[in-house]
Amino acid sequence: MKKTIGVLSAVAAVALSLTGCGADGGSSADAKGDISYWLWDSNQLPAYQQCANDFHAANPDLTVKITQRGWDDYWGTLTNAMVAGTAPDVFTDHVSKYPDFIAKNQLLPLDDAVKQDNVDLSVYNKGLADLWVGQDGKRYGLPKDWDTIAMFYNKKLTDAAGIPADQLQKLAWNPTDGGTFEKAIAHLTVDKKGVRGDQPGFDKNNVAVYGLGLDGGSGSGVGQTQWSMFTGGTGWNFTDKNPWGTHYNYDDPKFQDTIKWWSSLAQKGYMPKLETTVGANMADNFGAGKAAINTQGSWMINQYASYKGINVGLAPTPTGPDGKRASMFNGLADSIWAGTKNQAGATKWVEYLASAKCQDIVGKKGVVFPAIKSSDTLAVNAFKAKGIDVTPFTKQVADGTTFLFPITENAAKIDGIMKPAMDAVLSGKSPVGSLTDANNQVNDLFN
Amino acid sequence: MTIVRQAARAEASPAPAPAPGRTRPRSKDLRIALLFIAPAFLGFVAFYLVPTIRGIYLSFTRYNLFGDPKWIGLKNYTDIFKDKLFWNSLWVTLEYVVLNIGFQTVIALVLAVLMHRVAKSTLVRGVLLLPYLIANVVVAMVWFWMLDYQIGIVNQLIDWLGLPRIAFFGDQAWAIPTIAFVNVWRHMGYTALLIFAGLQAIPGHIYEVAALDGASAWKTFWRITMPLLRPVLVLVMVVTVIGSFQVFDTVAVTTGGGPINATRVIQMYIYQRAFAESDFGYASALSVILFIILGIVAFLQMKFLRGNESDLS
Repeated sequence: MKKTIGVLSAVAAVALSLTGCGADGGSSADAKGDISYWLWDSNQLPAYQQCANDFHAANPDLTVKITQRGWDDYWGTLTNAMVAGTAPDVFTDHVSKYPDFIAKNQLLPLDDAVKQDNVDLSVYNKGLADLWVGQDGKRYGLPKDWDTIAMFYNKKLTDAAGIPADQLQKLAWNPTDGGTFEKAIAHLTVDKKGVRGDQPGFDKNNVAVYGLGLDGGSGSGVGQTQWSMFTGGTGWNFTDKNPWGTHYNYDDPKFQDTIKWWSSLAQKGYMPKLETTVGANMADNFGAGKAAINTQGSWMINQYASYKGINVGLAPTPTGPDGKRASMFNGLADSIWAGTKNQAGATKWVEYLASAKCQDIVGKKGVVFPAIKSSDTLAVNAFKAKGIDVTPFTKQVADGTTFLFPITENAAKIDGIMKPAMDAVLSGKSPVGSLTDANNQVNDLFN
Repeated sequence: MTIVRQAARAEASPAPAPAPGRTRPRSKDLRIALLFIAPAFLGFVAFYLVPTIRGIYLSFTRYNLFGDPKWIGLKNYTDIFKDKLFWNSLWVTLEYVVLNIGFQTVIALVLAVLMHRVAKSTLVRGVLLLPYLIANVVVAMVWFWMLDYQIGIVNQLIDWLGLPRIAFFGDQAWAIPTIAFVNVWRHMGYTALLIFAGLQAIPGHIYEVAALDGASAWKTFWRITMPLLRPVLVLVMVVTVIGSFQVFDTVAVTTGGGPINATRVIQMYIYQRAFAESDFGYASALSVILFIILGIVAFLQMKFLRGNESDLS
């Protein structure tokens, strides 16, 4: 039934959505009326509500109405709303989604607005503004925040294993024997009888505490919090170029060797098997004391710090075979829907969201790292005030050891191919070589 | 005594009198009838007929919601025929339907007979219906948590019994049976209620005759209850089988089609192609195929189980 209703509304709305296509974002002068704004992270809602209130105080003719909707519902609802002509004027956008929106002419280019209102793009952290330039050279979003990956560890468990904090800061891995990183997680793994993963008699089928958590599955074709910090340290790249690559490299031996090693951690019992992660998420298992180390993104800092009775520590991702560490670097932005009826107001709100005025507020709340460098410092201090040293996240940016989230077309279809393929490899149902076949299917999408 | 009286009454009842409406002019009838049919008819046209026809049209096109559908003839259908994921989804769905309907119907029948014969209190009958009153998604989420591998209460119990934990939703072999079980749990009370209504329609005197003839409870069930219940049972089967083929919400909020493709049932696959991958033409073709399958299933059930005739008359 869902399909048919969607189709019905499509009939009525195609005409509507088409009218917005040719337009280009102009200046934000003489704006008035209501602006609707969507975001998915409830943790950030208070900060952005504050921004909206301040924005209204500065521009009494403009009122921002914020709607928050969880990630799982966000994108489907947004797409349907675009077809139905009821999408928000402005919405939080993700790099894995916006190429599809551009292809469907749903985003308003912001170049004219940036030029006319003199938006300074150099205030943002390096690379963030460039993420939002499409293949056509036009800009489709203004950066709002960034994230990297680090290791969260349970201090009680690492102390019990006798692994000091400074040792966790300089772990190293390699695809051959796993290096000091694998030694550490093996030692942190404890079975039901109290035998550690590196001791004789360890029962890998009855593990009480895992050395390493597994974040909700195989990570599909991106592995942001699962394996990208490993593959990134081998010199491997997702695509021929980024952004806007047209050829994926899942057939590269460097990638497949890394995945083979990473999957072996589950077979050895140091990381939960895939089938056991369908259900409670990795963070909650960490909160329940079921894993010693989690590789996770900076957007989760507050959740990890909030678990009662868990003393959480942070360490950077381990260094790879080339001696350097690696973290995926990603950022969100605010985009304007092409069908907006309040283009001037929407433009003004996006510019405000991307300004230091709003990003300072977000930074002071200590939730995520704002895109603007000066606002960033406020976030680091806010986390410090909460007793969290976020250096493991910021270090990757300062040292230049980050790589970008792969931005290409066909992201949804690639996910449809890569998720079952990676699941099969991680659960040992298919050999790692089967990823070559999946890679061919992915690359066929670009022909 | 009762039998005699009933039989006498049956003989005495007069031939049916002509319906009083027959004498009124037909055109006036028609106008009033149309008036009453209109709301349902308009709803049917707007929400079923038009979308179905448009869906069939879209199944011959390439369409991504934005822009115009492009006519590509039978290409979607030939692609589907070669699509391994489609055949997998069909197989997985069938596995689910067999498990779901098999267990659900047997359990519901037992419950209905118990309700009819033993549990006459409204409270007990009401309690049986409780799971059905909870929203599908909520039921799925609650079981999803209770059956969780690491922190679910069921696995905690299994642990205490000294048995190995089971990844109910994560293990390829367990995932479909688990989802089938969750839906059996939710729907068995409701199905039992439908069958129970059918049981109440069976005249009491037939049981009394059977009792007089000395038939055992077992024999009475198979020789009287089952044959006379058949029309209701067929209806229940047709409705539940069609519903079962369209399983979606439980899968969507738990496994999302995984592990690997073990629970990628056909509705999940249609949803994925349409709403995640924006392949509305292809998804429409899949829907049309599901529509045809369901039509055939319903037809076969009605035909071979003679659902539209009763043995009572």
